[in-house]
This record gives sequence, C-alpha cells and structure tokens, in this order.
Amino acid sequence: MLRTLITITALLLSSVAARASEPLQIEIGYLHYQPERPPALSNILPEPADSGLRGAELAIDDSNTTGRFLKQSYRLQTVRADSPDEVLAGARQLQQQGVELFVANLPAAELLRLSAALGPQALIFNAGSQDDSLRRQSCPTNVLHTAPSRAMLTDALGQWLKARRFERWLLLVGNQPEDQRYAEALERAAQRFGARIVARKAWSFDTDLRRTAQKELPLFTRTDDYDVVLVADERGDFGEYVLYNSWLPRPVAGTQGLTPVAWHRVVEQWGAAQLQSRFDEMAGRWMTGTDYAAWAAVRSIAEAAIQTGANDAATLEHHIRSDRFQLAGFKGRKLSYRRWNGQLRQPIPLVHPRALVSQSPQEGFLHPVTELDTLGFDQPEVHCKL
Amino acid sequence: MKTTTLLKSLSLSLLVAGSGFAATALSSTAVAATAIVSNEKDDTLSLIDLDSLQVTETLPVGQRPRGITLSKDHSKLYICASDSDTVQIMDLKTRQIIAELPSGEDPEQFALHPNDRLLYIANEDDALVTVVDTGDRSVVAQIDVGVEPEGMAVSPDGKWAVNTSETTNMVHWIDTETHQLVDNTLVDQRPRHVEFSKDGNILWASSEIGGTVSVIDVASRQIQHKLSFKIRGVHPDKVQPVGVKLTDDGRYAFIALGPANHVAVVDAKTFEVLDYLLVGRRVWHMAFNEDQSRLLTTNGVSGDVSVIDVDQLKVTKSIKVGRYPWGVVVLP
Repeated sequence: MLRTLITITALLLSSVAARASEPLQIEIGYLHYQPERPPALSNILPEPADSGLRGAELAIDDSNTTGRFLKQSYRLQTVRADSPDEVLAGARQLQQQGVELFVANLPAAELLRLSAALGPQALIFNAGSQDDSLRRQSCPTNVLHTAPSRAMLTDALGQWLKARRFERWLLLVGNQPEDQRYAEALERAAQRFGARIVARKAWSFDTDLRRTAQKELPLFTRTDDYDVVLVADERGDFGEYVLYNSWLPRPVAGTQGLTPVAWHRVVEQWGAAQLQSRFDEMAGRWMTGTDYAAWAAVRSIAEAAIQTGANDAATLEHHIRSDRFQLAGFKGRKLSYRRWNGQLRQPIPLVHPRALVSQSPQEGFLHPVTELDTLGFDQPEVHCKL
Repeated sequence: MKTTTLLKSLSLSLLVAGSGFAATALSSTAVAATAIVSNEKDDTLSLIDLDSLQVTETLPVGQRPRGITLSKDHSKLYICASDSDTVQIMDLKTRQIIAELPSGEDPEQFALHPNDRLLYIANEDDALVTVVDTGDRSVVAQIDVGVEPEGMAVSPDGKWAVNTSETTNMVHWIDTETHQLVDNTLVDQRPRHVEFSKDGNILWASSEIGGTVSVIDVASRQIQHKLSFKIRGVHPDKVQPVGVKLTDDGRYAFIALGPANHVAVVDAKTFEVLDYLLVGRRVWHMAFNEDQSRLLTTNGVSGDVSVIDVDQLKVTKSIKVGRYPWGVVVLP
C-alpha cells in the first residue's frame, strides 16, 4: 500500500515537473494494412494508396500548430504492412516503445486481432472498417470508430429516399462478401424507413462493361416498376455502369450514383472549404472518407489532450467517452462518441461526383436525444457490453 | 430627418448650380445611408438604400468577398476577396476598385487599427495574421497564430489586436507595438468572431460549434462569463453563435446564432439572454446604422438581409440580396 502511494506521488511530481518545463509528447501509431482488392471492371479511378495516412498527417500538423501555444507536441509513427502478421508485429513493437494511442486502417478481422493483441491499455481508433458487427456484436472495448458504419451510410441514404418519396427500390448486389453486407444494411434501411425492395438481383456477369454495359444492363434491370436503382458494389466492379443503362429511366444510388460518404471533395460548407484546401495543398490530391476518419481520430486525441493536459490513453479515453467531449469536424454539428459502442456520431453527406446533393440526418427524422442517432445503431439495437 | 435636410440642401444646390448634372451626381452618392453587403458566392456587393430598404446597386468585386470594413472617413471600403488572395480597396465615390493590398493568402476577416492606417488581416489558409500598412501598401508584419485564423478585432485604445483560430480554439492576443503574440485564451470549439466593448475592458468571443459566447476580461485575459443559448424547438447543436454586435450605450449585445436562424438579444451588463429574434437562414454577421436604431443581419443560406428595430426588438423587414451574403457595413 505504502509503496503504491509512493509510486503515485512520484508520478504526480514527475508529471507536474514535465508540464512546467518540456512539451507534452503525444505519440500516435498509424497502422495500415488493406488486402489486395480483386480486379474491378471499373478500374479507371483507383483509391489512393496513402488514403487515411495523409488525413492523419494533416491532423498532426493541425494539432502541432495548436500545441505550440500549449507546449504540446504530436508525433505520428507509421506502420504500413503487406500482411496482417506484419502489421500486428509493428503495432506490438510500437507498444513496447510506449505508444498507447493508435489509428488503424485495417479490415474488421485484423482490427479485432489488433484489439486483442494490444489489450486494455491501448486506445485504438478504427478509421478503416465500416463493418456493422464491430459496432453491434463484437464491440472491442479498446476501440472507437471514426469511420461511419455501413448502417449509418445506408440510413443516411434511406432517409433521403424517404424524404424524396422514392419508395420502391431495385437492389443490385455484387459478388463480394462486403457487397452482401452493404445490401443487408440497405435492407435494414428499407425496413426502418418503410421502403419496398421490388427485386434483389445478384450481379454475376464477368464481361468488361466498358464495352457492353449498354447491352447487358437494360436486360439485367428489367423488373417490376421501381423508383430508384440501389447498387451494393463497394469495389466498383459494375456499379458505375448502371447509371443511364437501367431499363426504366431511374436514378441510381448506393455505392455508385448518389453515394452516402464520410467525406468528399464537394463538401465545402461549415468551413470545410478550408480543410479541403489545406489537405489539397499538403497531399496533392482530394481528401477521401478514410482520410477524414483518420483525421478525426487524431483530432479527437488532440482535443482530449488539450482539455485534460494529459497524454496517457486512460485519461484521454475517459474524456473522449464523456459528455464533455466535443469535436469540430466541419460537418455543421459538434461531433461526439456514442457511449454504447464508441461510434463517432456524424452527419453523412450524400454526393454525386461533382456536387453535394444533401446531408443526412434529413429534417423530420426525430430522436429524443440527438437526430444524429437516427443514423446507424441506436442504443437499444446494440448488444455490446462496454 | 437627416434625409430631409440632405434633400433640402440638394434642391438648394440644384437651384444655385442650375445644373441637372450636379443633382444626379449628388443624389446617387449622398442622399440616404447605405448598407453594403458582401455576397460570398456571387462575387458582388449589394448596396441597400436604408430609406427605401431596397437594393439600389450590385457591384462586381474580387472572388469570394467576405469581411468588409470602412476607412474612418468613410471614403474607402476594404474588401477581403478571399479566393483572389487580396484585400481590395474601393473608392466609395466612384465605386471603382482603386488598389489591392498584399494581404497574404485567403484573407477572411480583418480589423482596422484606430490609427486608420494598419489593417490586421486573418489569413485562413496559412495560420497567419498579416499586418498591412494601407498608406504605402506594404506588409508590416506577419504573425504565426493557430489553425484557420478567422475573427479579428483591435481594441479601442489600439493596444491589442485579437485573433481567433477556428481549429486551434483560441483567442490570440497580439501586442500592436511589438507585433508579438503575447498570450492565448482557450475558448470553446470553433471561435468565429471577436468584439471589444466600447470602453475596451471586455472582449466577446463567439464559439460556433461550442455553442457559447465567452466574455473575456481584457486586463487578465481570462474568461469571466460564458453565455449559452436555448431556443424552443431548435436543437442545441444548431445554436451556433457567429457575429456579435454591442450597442454603444452598453445596453445590449446581439449574437447571430447561425443555423438556429435567430439573433439573441443579451443584456450586456447582466449577461442575461432577453429575447431571440427570428431572422433569415444561417445568420452570419451584423451591422448597426449610424444612430443604432436599426441592426442589419446577413443571412447566408436564405440570401437576404433582415432589418431589426433595436428599440422595439422586432424584425421589421427582409431584403433579398445576392447569394450567400456574408459581411455588412453601413455607410452613414
């Protein structure tokens, strides 16, 4: 007992001394591993290889500018691996060097392995996986999610379709497992917002649609009347070619056409124009949704460090999960984390490649606490024990 | 009243001069007070005649005009043309742009020092405050501040230049003698605008995402009071304070609440919120007319200007202007 007390006093003394003299160091590990994607038919505009990383780097720059005035210094240590084992090994090594804060751009399975490997002393931000089960069933306790879940995205779209009275959906689903999950999220949204799926069709053609879309797709989309075609095709295999090729002249939405996203270059309101131009200048390309999620993760850490003056994961996590936490995220509302599953609440822009169409939650979708919780899993739907 | 006198002198000069040309020239420049509004997405200024409350003229300016301010003698208008990376000077007699100042990149707001010479400009993209001498159009100093500097104010005694940075969430205090940053006050998320009280003892700083206004004691640079707002039927997250205006008699503070579409009326002595006035959509900035009987607000999303009667605390009119009106000043 006495020994514990002594250690605590020593710690307190050292932290006070540190605050007075040298800057507070905040070390953040950035972990990247994404499996090779199978080739897509629509391969003209690939996702940038450093998507996510550059967002985290911008947030480090932003936080260091602030840190100058508060004697805080932020540093990013990056692990980019070609295999799941390598990324885990890299994370363990950072942990041994004392890093407790991580931003992960990993698929769901690897994220769960990472969460178990690093244990409760680590705080991990998920900027790479939209997987619904992470937010609803598996619920790793040391993980916060800055990437929106698929359910948040499809709810955002579902609300808009409802508001526009596009109530009969034709659902086209790709042949990858993540396409199935996106389709499931769309089906959940249909149920929540009272839409009817007139037909669900699985895409299985393997021709190059740049040449034959005009012939294949009208036949493929010939069903009972629908108001809108919804596409579940996350890697962009065939979805880009559904537009203007459906049997009935109808709008296209989902993973292509009108798309719900975490972020996009066309978002410019609420000061976003400034974030976009800072990012463009730094990275020489547009800011992606993954960049935004990684940016929001580092900014969350920095906000908590500014408010608490601490750099340890436990203090920061406590603050971030509390009601006092708020993040200005250029989306017109203050952002905070859901207590029940660690998901960052956020408005979802609905975009087409050249313009913002709308931003959800849509007006009129009400919630007793905050309308932002009409997107994704609300407390009663979640089976997490946090 | 003022207008009548002016009209009389006008007809007099008409008689004396006996020239129709003189009369037209005068009537277009000096008859009624004029409000000047910058339209961010139209690259124009709208001129509103404050007698008829009609837009009388629309003038093209540089790209994305936001902050605007008048020289002390009201002969010149300074315009932050954000996307043209310049501050333009308009001669208000000829309504021509006569010069451009080396403002640094992406100027958003600025404040003119009481000496009528130094302009303090917030460069939003570069985390800088640029000080420009409007006399010889030279850059006097550049001061590093936080990320996305936005609000700017100079204290009435000219001693302090104050800037807010939206992503750093601070009020930065710059000594105008040395042009050094000497202190920072941490405020709530996304501080947008700062306004000194007339006696210079108090600084009001609005935090858009935090939803609060910090009342800061200038001597100690500490927050002495924090205002928050509650409007029936409006979600607290949508209450986003931006512009702040104080009456010279020390009675009221008016706070523009952004997408809450209301202006809060605050007792400037007790800091009690007295009323909320419904204006247009996403209200940004405000300006009084000369005797402070009227307050004009720019409403970004609805593209109009609301006119508030300050004695009655009532909104009396809205005037359609260009797209995304941002700044407003009144030319007496």
